[in-house]
Amino acid sequence: MSFVEKLNQVHLDILKEIGNIGAGNAATSLSRLLNRKINLKIPTVQVATYDEMVELAGGSDQVVAAVFVRIEGDTPGNMFFVLPPEHVSYFVQVMTGDSSITFEEPPYSEMGISAFLEMGNILSGSYLSALSDFTSLNMQPSVPSASIDMAGAILTMGLIELSQVSDYVIVIDTILEEENSDRGEIKGHFFLLPDPDSFEKIFKALGVNIDE
Amino acid sequence: MNKLKEVVKVGIADLNVVRAPGVIRTSGLGSCVGVVIYDQAKQIAGLAHVMLPDSSLSKGKTLNKAKYADTAIKELLDLLMKEGAKKYALRAKMAGGAQMFQFSTGGDMMRIGPRNVEAVKKQLDIFRIPIVAEDVGGKNGRTIEFNPETGMLNIRTVNKGVKDI
Repeated sequence: MSFVEKLNQVHLDILKEIGNIGAGNAATSLSRLLNRKINLKIPTVQVATYDEMVELAGGSDQVVAAVFVRIEGDTPGNMFFVLPPEHVSYFVQVMTGDSSITFEEPPYSEMGISAFLEMGNILSGSYLSALSDFTSLNMQPSVPSASIDMAGAILTMGLIELSQVSDYVIVIDTILEEENSDRGEIKGHFFLLPDPDSFEKIFKALGVNIDE
Repeated sequence: MNKLKEVVKVGIADLNVVRAPGVIRTSGLGSCVGVVIYDQAKQIAGLAHVMLPDSSLSKGKTLNKAKYADTAIKELLDLLMKEGAKKYALRAKMAGGAQMFQFSTGGDMMRIGPRNVEAVKKQLDIFRIPIVAEDVGGKNGRTIEFNPETGMLNIRTVNKGVKDI
């Protein structure tokens, strides 16, 4: 039986807490970076098909901006920070003070991409360092990489390890939102996709057996 | 009266066939490869959204044939023959296999796009199906739609426009 079918409510609650701790720390970092109040929605953990996962980011065809980080260390995996391009424009404009930078149309400014990557770097670093402290496991982010393209094309990149084992993915999805934004809802998704073998290590580090 | 054209949608690691006047589509191909095999005379086409190069990579208990290049093409051929396509008339078109992110490390996983392309070509060669057109590689995502009536593969991208091959 694949590990996905062995998961019970306790496991899912643990993964939810992981999403909470990681993204909570990331939200604090984002808030400092932009000097804005950033809120965290309660994380969701879902066992989804590939298509359903892509649906969470707005659908296969939907154009999104994403930073992709490979997690290295004790529990390898993939992490994405996914936003609508116009929201990235806004964040990067606030960060750099340059309102001419936009991500709606190519060519994208080099400065803008660089700022977006740095944002991804800070957020994934703070997400993982919180997880690492909580689990006492060694987790390090790789150098981030950014892309603005179809959600399906981007997210399937994170499924390569997992897809060799299972037709389902466990998606730990956390949404960050800016409070009192005058630009409507500003939202970013964190997708955490641990490699299949990493789940057992995460549970073990927290004193829970996968077969429980 | 305009009749709404039937669009058969193929998901990730999925495959299906369509007859004219319907069309067949798959969205958001990144490192995955979309391969179309069709019989122009019979106006039948099959499309597979291939994710991984080889079924020997599978570590799971059940095997989703549409996921791997080797099993997907065989399955697609079986389906097409069942629908009445003639083996000698079959032609193929393919798109996808991009490298969405650039990394210095990561090795084989990051090269998954080109590996998928190679694996699909190898399989088509084994079954002696000629590839008449392709749009593979690069760094961008693609949404593709095939029309068995015209034999054209429409490719849409975010940054590089639309084209027919």
